Amino acid sequence: MGLDFNLNGISNEKKNVLDSDTLYDSIILGGGPAGLNAALYAKRKGLNVGMIAGHMGGQVMDTSSVENYLGFASLSGQNLMNKFEEHVKGYAVPTTTGALVESIENGSGLKKILADNGKTYKAKSVIISTGSRPRHLNVAGEMEYSGKGVAYCAICDGPLFAGRDVIVAGGGNSAVEAAIDLSKIANTVKIVHRSQFRADKILIDKLNELDNVKVYLETQIKEVGGEKFFTHVKALDKKSNKEILIMADGLFVEIGYLPKSEIFGNVVDTNEKGEIIVDARGETSAKGIFAAGDVTNGDYKQIVISAAEGAKAALSVNDYINKL
Amino acid sequence: MAFLNEDISKQIKGIFDSMKDDVKIALFLNKAGCESCEDAKGYMEEMTELSEKISLSVYDIVDESAKASELGVELTPSIVLLDGENKDKGIKFNGIPAGHEINSFISGILEVSGAGQELSSEMTQRIKNIDKPVNIKVFVTLGCPHCPGAVSKAHKIALLNPNVNAEMIEANTFGELSQKFNVSGVPKIVFNDGPDLIGDQPIDAFIDAMEKLSA
Repeated sequence: MGLDFNLNGISNEKKNVLDSDTLYDSIILGGGPAGLNAALYAKRKGLNVGMIAGHMGGQVMDTSSVENYLGFASLSGQNLMNKFEEHVKGYAVPTTTGALVESIENGSGLKKILADNGKTYKAKSVIISTGSRPRHLNVAGEMEYSGKGVAYCAICDGPLFAGRDVIVAGGGNSAVEAAIDLSKIANTVKIVHRSQFRADKILIDKLNELDNVKVYLETQIKEVGGEKFFTHVKALDKKSNKEILIMADGLFVEIGYLPKSEIFGNVVDTNEKGEIIVDARGETSAKGIFAAGDVTNGDYKQIVISAAEGAKAALSVNDYINKL
Repeated sequence: MAFLNEDISKQIKGIFDSMKDDVKIALFLNKAGCESCEDAKGYMEEMTELSEKISLSVYDIVDESAKASELGVELTPSIVLLDGENKDKGIKFNGIPAGHEINSFISGILEVSGAGQELSSEMTQRIKNIDKPVNIKVFVTLGCPHCPGAVSKAHKIALLNPNVNAEMIEANTFGELSQKFNVSGVPKIVFNDGPDLIGDQPIDAFIDAMEKLSA
């Protein structure tokens, strides 16, 4: 057996953490592609910038393989984020990881950030790049069986379903990728989606080559059921308009993401999806508060787009600070 | 080095530079057989070489059962981190802390050596106020990026309060135990073999759960 090691970059640099006595030009919330690129750009502009991240790398870390980031034909989400982190590390950005932001206090010149490590940090501006979390099906039984067969991270929980039968709910890239990955571990994989696939054709072709995967399109999950553990979903087959039961040991929900913006709702404007509304420069409705990446109302949630928005927000912050 | 490549070794060496006090790794193996014991031993030997402040003692769980029971070791491979005076700090890893768990292992070493992350004084006080024995089990898989955070928080709490011991359990290595605790999502955090939390929870949630435990 060979051992793999997924050493995090910055998160292990204990020496250079955020200081609660310093007034920063900007504090970046979140350590995904948007946050890391914002840090790089802000630092290169000479700003005194720091970062708070729950875990470095963000959601990309849950992705087994990334094949659409320009310059890298194929690598794991973890490897791509390590490259990002290593790049930023060269600029010595004070970073506190493992801490979650609880709230922002928006003073006119001074923004206070309260974190769950009990500390308060101060900055003249903030870049919110907290990303998003998996969306739930919101059907009966889902929460009851969450952690009892219903899962939201295939790369985390997949190994617990070795040799068993699983369902993947969803039809986008993450769902099809999860189904492809799970097909290597599980006995069978059933992918269930309420309409047609939205995933890239190249992934669907790959999925169709697998003989332990069964596809249910135009099939809407109505209920999640089981006894002590999850055992089945009840779904509506839209073609025949009949209710069907699909049995399995595990259900992986991969139906997109929701912005992690709740705690900022009292400070910045959000849209009906809860996404933080930003203008073309990445500025929110609150002066001095900027946002970038999946947490914003940008249309496409992609690594390259988040990274680019992070750069844009950092440049806007630079203009903002220079005019203060 | 057979396990850690040059690049990773160099990075870890740099991190270990900030260690303050010595740390002793007590590794428990089973000569009667244990699938991942050899790998665990090789990996720990390589870690030991990365800092003069780290030393390794290898025990057999059967031959040295007294030592095993002193440190509450029931599984193999199992790793207990002791301070420079051989004192148990309640920090244990069952199974190999490879994959993403290398991060919780490194953070455990730093914590025991006195170079850990700071918590607010209020939170530290709440942790220190817990006056009943608490065992925290954190079930993980090695491919899970959220898991090391949960493991490190449990370990941090154990370090601050001698009533608490915290152990990582690699769910694939210990399948039966994981089934017993109905682990089908990780990280799964179990307090005194009863109430549980799923996901990498804030440290507040850990403290709340411990405060609610009956004595």
